[in-house]
Amino acid sequence: MAEPLVVLKDVNKHFGDLHVLKDINLEIGKGEVVILIGPSGSGKSTLCRTINRLETFESGSITIDGKELPEEGKALAELRADVGMVFQSFNLFAHKTILENVTLGPIKVRKVPKAQAEKRAMELLERVGVAHQAAKYPAQLSGGQQQRVAIARSLAMDPKVMLFDEPTSALDPEMINEVLDVMIGLAREGMTMVVVTHEMGFARKAAQRVVFLADGQIVEQATPEEFFTNPKSDRAKDFLGKILTH
Amino acid sequence: MGEIFANYDIVGAVWKTIQLAVLSAIGATVIGTIVAVLRVSPVPVLRGIGTTFVNTFRNTPLTVLMIMSVLGFSFLLGLQIREDFADNAFWWAVIMLSLYHAAFVCEALRSGINTVPAGQAEAARSIGLTFKQSLLEVILPQSFRGAIAPLVSTYIALIKNTTVAAVIGVAESAGILATITENEGGSLPLFLVFALIFVVLTLPLGVLGTNLSRKLAVKR
Ligand SMILES: Nc1ncnc2c1ncn2[C@@H]1O[C@H](COP(=O)(O)OP(=O)(O)OP(=O)(O)O)[C@@H](O)[C@H]1O
Ligand SMILES: [Mg+2]
Repeated sequence: MAEPLVVLKDVNKHFGDLHVLKDINLEIGKGEVVILIGPSGSGKSTLCRTINRLETFESGSITIDGKELPEEGKALAELRADVGMVFQSFNLFAHKTILENVTLGPIKVRKVPKAQAEKRAMELLERVGVAHQAAKYPAQLSGGQQQRVAIARSLAMDPKVMLFDEPTSALDPEMINEVLDVMIGLAREGMTMVVVTHEMGFARKAAQRVVFLADGQIVEQATPEEFFTNPKSDRAKDFLGKILTH
Repeated sequence: MGEIFANYDIVGAVWKTIQLAVLSAIGATVIGTIVAVLRVSPVPVLRGIGTTFVNTFRNTPLTVLMIMSVLGFSFLLGLQIREDFADNAFWWAVIMLSLYHAAFVCEALRSGINTVPAGQAEAARSIGLTFKQSLLEVILPQSFRGAIAPLVSTYIALIKNTTVAAVIGVAESAGILATITENEGGSLPLFLVFALIFVVLTLPLGVLGTNLSRKLAVKR
């Protein structure tokens, strides 16, 4: 495995009395694509959000490219710029055009000149297939288009790693593939990705590893092929039994 | 009626009302915005300061604040803003009106901020914007629309509340109305004139508010 880009050591997190993340140890190599899978409430979103500190954690450490996550403030903002995040509900900036959504980060955070940021943004929008919508507002786009813009917005920051929290589960079925295709493309080009998803097709095509989470613990890790065909733990067997019969 | 207008400086009093209202509105907006930023900041101590400010000024009657300013701060503690008695009272009135309404401006802005889905702030932070940048670029522009209605109510209340300054002797509209009533006896037409003056001052605000919120609609 390549030198780890993201390292979580003994990470613990509570929501009040609820112990949501229990001694999480996880290493993600450069260019690796890792799928987080597990029952609802197992802590997948929380784990994802903890990696770029949208959630705090009480003990343990998380490093990205050798740098420990800072507590708050400017240093944290800088580190977050290197970690792309794609949300289930897209979260495009509602008052900005598609183009402005993609250029905001580069202009404000990376201090890229506007013309250059726009040129790059158009290339990215072209790549995800929504360049012709650049002047529109998010509400005027379909869910699939919005999610592809959200991916372009993350890519515009040249992130070292991208986190996806159920990027396709708010989409109508016919739009799922257009988003997954973009993600498969990214994976092939060597983007480091952590993806929360139940899309097994995507996992098989794009991922090197599946991490199975239950009750805030990593229960099992394996290649997608092995995990889906031959899960070891009872929890995983039970879980797969449920999603496969659907 | 004409005589009264000739003998009393009603125009001057209305002008005082307008000055009080405009200066206090500016003060309340500046202070209220700062307190709102404190209240949504990620630092617990700052949030605490903001909350304390709002609870203190929102829950103290304006009349008490007014009297406390001149009787308490000025006479007992000797905090004079101006030498001249009338000027001193005027500026204390501006300060107290500003502080009192700042609490309401803060809450109006905060209710506007609360209309912006949490995901907007998370997306802003996750592309690396700082707290200040997220607020300026993403949250505040979207929160104004939700804040307009309560802000307009606050400014209208402020205009009417300038009359409380009469209790510390500021010669604004209510002050002169009291003086006239005392000297000449009350008359219904006179009261109507003063009521009308306030309607004229406040009505345009309501209209402006409606137009603005239509214009600033954020589609989701
Ligand atoms: N902000 C919060 N405050 C309190 N509890 C929370 C909060 N967010 C999540 N939880 C709880 O933490 C646990 C883990 O939630 P999380 O969202 O990480 O699960 P998940 O694996 O992503 O589930 P799903 O598949 O439903 O998205 C759940 O029990 C959830 O109710
Ligand atoms: Mg989730």
